[in-house]
Amino acid sequence: MSLAQSLSTAQRRSSSGALVAWLGVAPFFVFAALFLVFPSALLIVGAFQDGTGAFTLVNFAELFTPSIRAAYLISLEVSAASAVLGAIFGLLVAYAAVGGGLPIWLRSAVATFSGVASNFAGVPLAFAFLATLGRAGLVTALLRNELDVDIYRAGFNLLSFWGLTLTYLYFQIPLMVLIITPAVEGLRREWREAAESLGAGAFDYWRRVAFPVLWPSLVGATLLLFANAFGAVATAYALTGSSLNIVTILLYAQIRGDVLHNENLGYAIALGMIALTALSNIGYIWLRARADRWVK
Amino acid sequence: MNRSTWRAWTVIAFAAVYFILPLIATFEFSLRLLRGQYSFEAYRIVLGDAKFQASFLYSTVLAVLTIVIGAALVVPTAYWLQLRLRKLRPVAEFITLLPLVIPAIVLVFGYLHLYNSSSFLPLTASERGADALLTFGYVTLALPYMYRAVDTGLRAIDVRSLTEAAESLGAGPTTILLRVILPNIRVAVLSGAFLTFAIVIGEFTFASLLDRPAFGPYLQLIGANRAYEPAALAIIAFLVTWACMGLINVVGRRGAARRTT
Repeated sequence: MSLAQSLSTAQRRSSSGALVAWLGVAPFFVFAALFLVFPSALLIVGAFQDGTGAFTLVNFAELFTPSIRAAYLISLEVSAASAVLGAIFGLLVAYAAVGGGLPIWLRSAVATFSGVASNFAGVPLAFAFLATLGRAGLVTALLRNELDVDIYRAGFNLLSFWGLTLTYLYFQIPLMVLIITPAVEGLRREWREAAESLGAGAFDYWRRVAFPVLWPSLVGATLLLFANAFGAVATAYALTGSSLNIVTILLYAQIRGDVLHNENLGYAIALGMIALTALSNIGYIWLRARADRWVK
Repeated sequence: MNRSTWRAWTVIAFAAVYFILPLIATFEFSLRLLRGQYSFEAYRIVLGDAKFQASFLYSTVLAVLTIVIGAALVVPTAYWLQLRLRKLRPVAEFITLLPLVIPAIVLVFGYLHLYNSSSFLPLTASERGADALLTFGYVTLALPYMYRAVDTGLRAIDVRSLTEAAESLGAGPTTILLRVILPNIRVAVLSGAFLTFAIVIGEFTFASLLDRPAFGPYLQLIGANRAYEPAALAIIAFLVTWACMGLINVVGRRGAARRTT
């Protein structure tokens, strides 16, 4: 085979290779269009239409009716509280596991358990907390019988804002541990030693060195936790039925039975949820890009 | 022990109480079905329940289908994006992030309208169609995890050299993918698979709104009607999740051991 011949075969192979490559990735993009893009686009368009299909912004105005606004508010509050508390406690656990001089087995136990608990959400998690802190739960009963403390009489209720937040923390804290551990590992020992040799105490080190390095990762991770809690349905539904009016449960009821008597209003609620989770994810991605400058 | 170690132990101890107490409480609660004694009666009732067996089997089959379809979509895509269509990689990465941005309940809401009985593809009109729609929905939910796992696996091997070596021996694209690439990223695919299984097995929102007899809606139904059985089910679900994560660790360690020997 002459050089020219073999070159042209190589060329042919490369152009047919490009075709094969395009054919190879086509199913993925078709799938994404059918099951991600079109369904979401349909809702977004529907949110701008009235019952007859004409353009309108009325649906968005109706989002501010008291019951819907209240649902959004409770969702925002639970998601924000569980994200911020999850971030704080998750950071503490990650910092203790990475830099606390703990035995190796305990560090790997923390990592493995975080993987399990961050995925232990939904209906079974609600059952676990009902068995623990429900009216007949073990901890509730122990506190009442042994210490004579009735947490329900003291105002605690698992089927409430704080109850739901406490339950969400069971998957939020481990998720934070998983996300933030690489950033905490990026804090170099030399930085601390350098700060100490210049006379800095623990507080100065955190305020002037560790926190400025960590904050993009911290805020980014908090935003991710927020979106994680905001879209959750199953835990809240199994825990409270429909007694706690959060927006996912309102939307669930709307999908089941058009409780708002306006299909397009349902679309607007969905669009509002996408907008909020999209904002917090964009924030997360932007901050992660900033944080990556320090790691390595 | 110095001060920082002491503080670290304190943090871990508090965390352990918060995370282990609900497990103990749930387990204790699940043993209380018979009055005045501990027994595994709740587990016996649950495991013997025909609806438990049927819904668990249904969700297991769906999880396996989700894994197979998900891997069949993601592996070739990630492979060709790495080998030839690098420009498209950010697009694919963006797409695989979308299921984390769009809440599951919103996605299924869209499905119910796009695939209703009067649409171009009336998947919700038949039982099999709804099963297929639920499976595709699960593939979508698992996409971020499967894609990330496979992409990480592909970055760790030399895709170009492997492909060129196989091509020079006369292998076509299908052979290369199945017999050269796939065995080399087996650990990554398996990690994605077990994570997918853990996500799919107890999923509630999709299954409930598509009205399928899956494990998640069964759990919810038992929770609304029984006292002790839900606790037993929570323990079973926790063990399943634990098993999936444990298997990820096991295959990961095996893979690492093989690479170093």
